[in-house]
Amino acid sequence: MNWRFIHLIERNFLVWRKLFIPSLTTNLADPLIYLVGFGFGIGSLVGSVNGRPYIEFLAGGMLCYSTLNSATAEALYSAFSRLKMQRTWEGILHAPMTVTDIIIGEWVWAALKALLSGSAILLIMYALGLAHGFRPLMVLPVLLLLGLCVAGLALVMTTIAKGFDFFAYYFTLVLTPMSFLSGVFFPLRSLPSWLQDVALALPLAHGAMLARGLVFGDPIPHPLSSILLLAVYGVAGVLIAVRVANRRLYR
Amino acid sequence: MNPVLWAEGLVKRYDGRVVVDGVSFAVNGGECFGILGPNGAGKTTTLRCCLGLTTADSGAIGLADFAIPAQARDARYRVGVVPQFDNLDPDFTVEENLLMWARYFDLSHRAARASMPRLLAFAGLSERGHVRIDTLSGGMKRRLTIARALVNDPDILFLDEPTTGLDPQARHLVWDGLKRLTKEGKTLVLTTHFMDEAERLCDRLCVMDSGRIIAEGPPRTLIEQHIEPVVVEVYGEGARAWADSVARPLVSRLEMTGETAFCYTDAAEPLLAAIGEHPTIRAMRRPANLEDVFIKITGREIRD
Repeated sequence: MNWRFIHLIERNFLVWRKLFIPSLTTNLADPLIYLVGFGFGIGSLVGSVNGRPYIEFLAGGMLCYSTLNSATAEALYSAFSRLKMQRTWEGILHAPMTVTDIIIGEWVWAALKALLSGSAILLIMYALGLAHGFRPLMVLPVLLLLGLCVAGLALVMTTIAKGFDFFAYYFTLVLTPMSFLSGVFFPLRSLPSWLQDVALALPLAHGAMLARGLVFGDPIPHPLSSILLLAVYGVAGVLIAVRVANRRLYR
Repeated sequence: MNPVLWAEGLVKRYDGRVVVDGVSFAVNGGECFGILGPNGAGKTTTLRCCLGLTTADSGAIGLADFAIPAQARDARYRVGVVPQFDNLDPDFTVEENLLMWARYFDLSHRAARASMPRLLAFAGLSERGHVRIDTLSGGMKRRLTIARALVNDPDILFLDEPTTGLDPQARHLVWDGLKRLTKEGKTLVLTTHFMDEAERLCDRLCVMDSGRIIAEGPPRTLIEQHIEPVVVEVYGEGARAWADSVARPLVSRLEMTGETAFCYTDAAEPLLAAIGEHPTIRAMRRPANLEDVFIKITGREIRD
């Protein structure tokens, strides 16, 4: 393993730093609107879920949903624009950097950004009195893992894509269904059992179970297999992305 | 002395089509070596092979004492690259582009900062360190790309069509910069389809066509070897037919390209006298150049 992927992270960080105020603002404002709107609004209709207020249940899911969105936006749109529109990757290959360095760098960077978005939700949860003490902080490594998982999958799409249009398939066929099936907005057990099985084959449901377990102390059915599933998806994704990108850029 | 760059029997196919077809050459330290040829001749692919950015189907390459592609990353620490299409980082300013580039070479922030005034001066952008890339003209971008390629103080610089797409003034500025580099002892490898560029800059060059090297040597030597000293271009209405019948016996060689007849000779006077006061035919007399070499060897123009 070599460490040169750090340079790519440094590059993306320096660019992000120029825009971090609008970036942080959206990181905080978007989920706050969701939480307040859905949490209090729908919360007043549904009462409690799993014996806790709906807004609390929702906040647990939003931790993961926000992480997912952030990792996806970075590894899909931002990375693709560096690959195709700006030709940033192509330029970097003229330095002593390889395609693998670039993909690993983008992967870790997207996960770090996702962790930041997830942390913003946690901050809001503390502010709204939905999280207490130090224990909820244990969710941060899970959010990083979820970020790596989602970013790995997104990078497969990015390295295959010919244009931005291609991502519509990924959203319609994968991300949107996964977001609504994975127990983020309502409990998994509300779904017919075969749909629950589908959801449990996908990463987000496992992220949500782990997150609620660590933040609220809800029971986690199979913590180790959930962690393993996230890791397998993420590593498989990034390995495929490395392969595809090597073929695409070293031709 | 070992050559800084050598290639032996390079072959590269794309989808069964042979793009580079048995190319061999060697570039010595301090030399400016040109690869001249029309678009699609395989110049860029040859460069990409040499840099390890694509793998040749067969052949061997050595660059700065490293085997390519196996040690391409190590070799690239000693190399600067100026690609055909500018790929400066649009998210950064002029100075940030240079600083970040230094980081890719593992240079410290301090070392990168220290070289900044020199590099900005080279690019002629000392006053513009903090401007965005998209505000620069094409010539400025190209000069900045060349400065970027100097960040790691390379032994050898690869330039892929360094002045394509630039206006004449910007081309001269780039040429001045490149001449300064050769004076400093840098090794330059450049591709071009401009004759004047190759003649002006290169100590030695090879002419490439359809993936093969068809001639190699110093520009003046190539011209002297292949071409008669004087060229008269005959053009205008009816030039072709006139040249075929009247000019042919007066010159040592005649090539037709489009509506222009290229007459090669040791003395232009008899030909110019024969044209005399012809109502429609014009003639231009000039010294032989590399384009004539190309036309002679391939039977067609290099312009595309």
